Parts: sequence; C-alpha cells; structure tokens
Amino acid sequence: MRASGSRGEILATKIAVCVKQVPDPDTPPSAFNVDEAAKRVVPPAGTPPVVNGFDLNATEAALLLKDAAGGVDVEVTIIAVGSEFVMDVVKRPLSMGADELVLVDDPSLENLDAFATARVLAKTIENQGPFDIVLCGRQASDWDNGHVPLVLSEMLGLPCVSFARNIQITDSGVRVERSLTDGYQVVEAPLPAVITVTNELGEPRYPTLRGIMAATRKTPTTLTLDDIGVVDGDVAASLELTRLYVPESERNVEIISGDDEVEAGRQLALRLREENLI
Amino acid sequence: MSTLLVVAELNGASLTDSTGELVAAAKSVAADGDEIVVAVMSDDPSTAAASAAGLGANRVLTVQHEALAEMGAGGFEAPVAAVTAISANLNPSTIFLSKSDFGSNVGPRVAARVGGGFAQDCVGMSSAGNGRLSVTRPVYGGNALAEYAFVGDGVQVLTVRPTIFDPASGDGGSPIESFDAPADIGNVSARLVETVAEESQGVRLEDADVVISGGRGLGGPEPFEQLQALADVLGGALGASRAACDAGWIDHSHQIGLTGKSVSPNVYITFGISGASQHMAGCSGSKVIVAVNKDADANIFKDARFGVVGDWANVLEGFRATVDDLSAS
Repeated sequence: MRASGSRGEILATKIAVCVKQVPDPDTPPSAFNVDEAAKRVVPPAGTPPVVNGFDLNATEAALLLKDAAGGVDVEVTIIAVGSEFVMDVVKRPLSMGADELVLVDDPSLENLDAFATARVLAKTIENQGPFDIVLCGRQASDWDNGHVPLVLSEMLGLPCVSFARNIQITDSGVRVERSLTDGYQVVEAPLPAVITVTNELGEPRYPTLRGIMAATRKTPTTLTLDDIGVVDGDVAASLELTRLYVPESERNVEIISGDDEVEAGRQLALRLREENLI
Repeated sequence: MSTLLVVAELNGASLTDSTGELVAAAKSVAADGDEIVVAVMSDDPSTAAASAAGLGANRVLTVQHEALAEMGAGGFEAPVAAVTAISANLNPSTIFLSKSDFGSNVGPRVAARVGGGFAQDCVGMSSAGNGRLSVTRPVYGGNALAEYAFVGDGVQVLTVRPTIFDPASGDGGSPIESFDAPADIGNVSARLVETVAEESQGVRLEDADVVISGGRGLGGPEPFEQLQALADVLGGALGASRAACDAGWIDHSHQIGLTGKSVSPNVYITFGISGASQHMAGCSGSKVIVAVNKDADANIFKDARFGVVGDWANVLEGFRATVDDLSAS
C-alpha cells in the first residue's frame, strides 16, 4: 500500500486524516438537551457543529509531518463521513493547510454505529488510496467510543499505534511517542499504519487568512456509498441504541460566603478543617 | 449455558484490582450454569494466575509468550492474537476487558476479528436473557447516558470503567490451565522501544488525599504555582483541566478527566474550573468536591459539596492564609 515507487524514486508520502463533524462539546451542560424519543442530542439553536477536537489534533500531526518535510512531498487528504455537513466547518482542516477534502455524504450515515463507520472509512480509504499513514483523533466528543480507528486498522489489515503525541517518519516506518497517564512509550511501526492522535500532541494551528482563502477555492470530492462500493451488509449495526438520557443530578452545595471574597476563602478553609478534609 | 471470558490485566507480574472488578461484572450478569473464565496473558503469568485463582472464577487460563511481556504494549498485536485464539476455542458469549490503555486498544480489535460487537467504557450492565446483554455507557463527555443492546448473536466485547464494580473474591482456588499461544503470536509489526515514566514530584495524583485543581478560569501559568504551593502545604497533589493543559499553563501529566487521570481523593478543591462533564469524569470518585468559581451557575456547583462564588485569586488568598494559620497552630 505504500505509495513510494518501486524503482527508488521518491513519491509523495500520502497521509489520510479521518475527521468527524460533531456538536460543539463546549456547549454548557445547562444548554445540553436530549430528544429522548428520537434518541438524539439537540444542539442549542445557533450553535454550529465543529470538527471533533482530537481530529484537529490529528490534522495538526499531519501538517507537522508536512512541515518536517519542508512542505513538499507530503500530501494530506482529509476524509469525513457523515451527513448534513456544514461546509465552513469541515473545510477547517483545509484552511489549516491540508491539501484535499473527501466527503462521503449520505443521510444513512448519521446513525451508523462504530463498526459500520469504520467499514465506510475503510472503503473510502481503499477508494482514495493508497495512503502511507492514516491518522485519526483518539476518540470523538459525541459518542466517546474511541474504537473506530482500531476497528479500521483491522479492516485495513494494518498495525495501529494509539494516543500519539509525537510522530516521526524514519527510514523503516514511523517512530511514535504514545501518551500514557504517567509518561510515554516509544513505539516503532512499519508503514502503512493507522495512528490515533491525542491532545498532548499540541494545539492545532489556527487557519491563516491565506489558508482560509485557499480553502474557499477548493472543491471537496463528494462520494456516495455506491461510489465506494458499500453494500447494505457492510453497515449492519452490532449495537442498538435503546435509550439516551441526561442523568439527574441534584444540586446539593453549601455556598460559603463572607464579608468579602478573601474572607469567604478563610471561611471555606475553616469549614473544610471542621469536616477533617484538610 | 454460556462462557464469560475475563481478560486479566497485569502491572508487571501482578494482577491489577481491575481484574477482580471484571470478574464481579461478569458475575453480575452470569446466569446459573454459566462459566466464568479468566485469561492471564504474560511472558511470566504464574504470579498473576495464582492471584486470579482467588477471584471465584470457574477456571483460569494462562497464555505464556515473550511477545506478551508488558501486556504486549506497543501495538498490542500479541494480546489481540491471544484473546482471539481463546475466543475461537471457548466461543464465549461475552469478553470483559478493563477501560484502560490495554483494554481500549485490545477490545475493539478482538471484536473486529471474532465478528462481534463492542461497547466501550460501560458503567452498568444487565442480562437481557439468552446470554445477551444490555449495557449503559456515558456519552457526550458524560453529559448523557446511553443504553445499548448488542444486536445479533456475535461475541459481545466490552470494556468496563474501573472502580464501578467492587472486586470479586472467592473461596478456594480456581483450577489453572495453560492455553497454547497461537502460532503467529510473535508476528508483531508495531514494537515497543521503551517506556518512559514522567512521574510528577511529590504525592502521586492517584494516591493523594487532597487534590487542588485549576482550570481555564485561572488565565495563565503563574496561578498554578500558587496552587502547587497550596497542594504542598496540604500534602496533596496538583491537578488541572484539559483546557489549562492544552493552553500550556501546566504539564499534561496533571490533566484530570475522561482522557487524563482519574483521581479519588477525600477532597477535590477546584479553582476556576467550570465543571465540564468530561472533566468531572476524572474526579467523580472524590469523596467531597469543593468549587471556587466566579460564575454561580457553573456546572461544577452541581457536583460540589462546598462552594464559594468569587474570583479565584481573592478566595485563594484567604484560603491559603487560613491554611497557614491552622498549620502554625
């Protein structure tokens, strides 16, 4: 699958970044609403969706690899599968500096489970590839599954290295620092490979004005399920959502006050000492 | 009658507490006559297998291979191959793994190989009859709970959130049998080169009785030095929200939340943290949560036992002064 030529000529390293459009996760919990009958989240009016945060970290990882190569010989293709795409939103990775955008847009994709999503991504990657590196965010902020990239790697028959905070291309493949809660691991893998990216990689770059202009001029490649050869059996669900609800929580806080805020702080410390907490 | 397969998790040669929790989860949905099997996979499984034998499972299977050292960390290809082979042999109804680095990497790949379904980070489960399960898992960063039913008759693979179940124990020892590692287990492409520990100094966050934590509301790196000083005086540890870590104000080793560390201190004292659900997922095991935030409507006050509405700097000034007075007296 590696895109480099067989007679030693250097071809571009091709990187696919899988991104997902999700409801804005910074919606305050007070504005978070669920339609229990429809089993779906209702975004507050006027709050546009965003590209999943970890997917922007993955985009950043791809662009860092491109930067490391001096901006040449690395092609970054963004792949999104879903429905009701907001063009300004899904074009954000392009405005950050990615080269191409591929959308698989079908109303049936809204309610796919993770396995079916991975199947559609795998078919899209096979259709648009070959790619040397497939990057994904470590998990999506809507369903918090975190297993699409791993299932995708199985479907593509590739190794998967998760939670990358640093990626370097080497002579024999990639060298990845994968984030742990108490440090990191260095992992080496051959290419092609699937790599998931975590926020420890660093903040995604902001689009420049030039990047935004360039993204405006780019037309995404839009594919249907037919185009990539997805048949009904490919998207059969393995899990059925039977209920979606907001757990009840009772506010049970003792608000501590004082003549001023400094005094309130003093009273708080005394109260915690009284409870033997400090 | 069906088989419930629990995949043990090891820390070095020892069994982790989470393995006992997985056996408890399996017991909670097992029907009469069901068999619970614990798989212990390692380059040297003997110590952990002996511990696993005390969890009250029907039997313990050991798989021994050098590729299973450190639980196959790196690309986790060896444990995926081993669990797949065990699954082919036992044809379990359900495979239980912990929601850990290991479980969340191995579970989905096993499910893909055995043709099953996968549910991540389960916090509840119940039997729907005939060995089929219904599971509950937090979604949208913990803002909502979702209940799922496994569809069809494929193997049900799931990860269980740590500390949800009390570890199981049993009387007497379960029989320990060895299971031959599959022939291709050493055929690993993603390889671990080294593990680098980045332990923060002082008390470990996970072990701390007192955690002082700061968020986006602090506005910069300097306040975290004040919070660290307070944590030091109280013999506690310093935590932070993901937003504060991503902003570069404090190292990611302090990150608390769904994708950071999980802490369970006696008291979790927050300054300038709004209480987004994905943060609260990392501190919900705290006995008491204390909130200092200038927004009286902030979500953190819903979970807090004690709170002050005010500017963090003023409140911290008074709090610190009284802490110093108390420790001097």
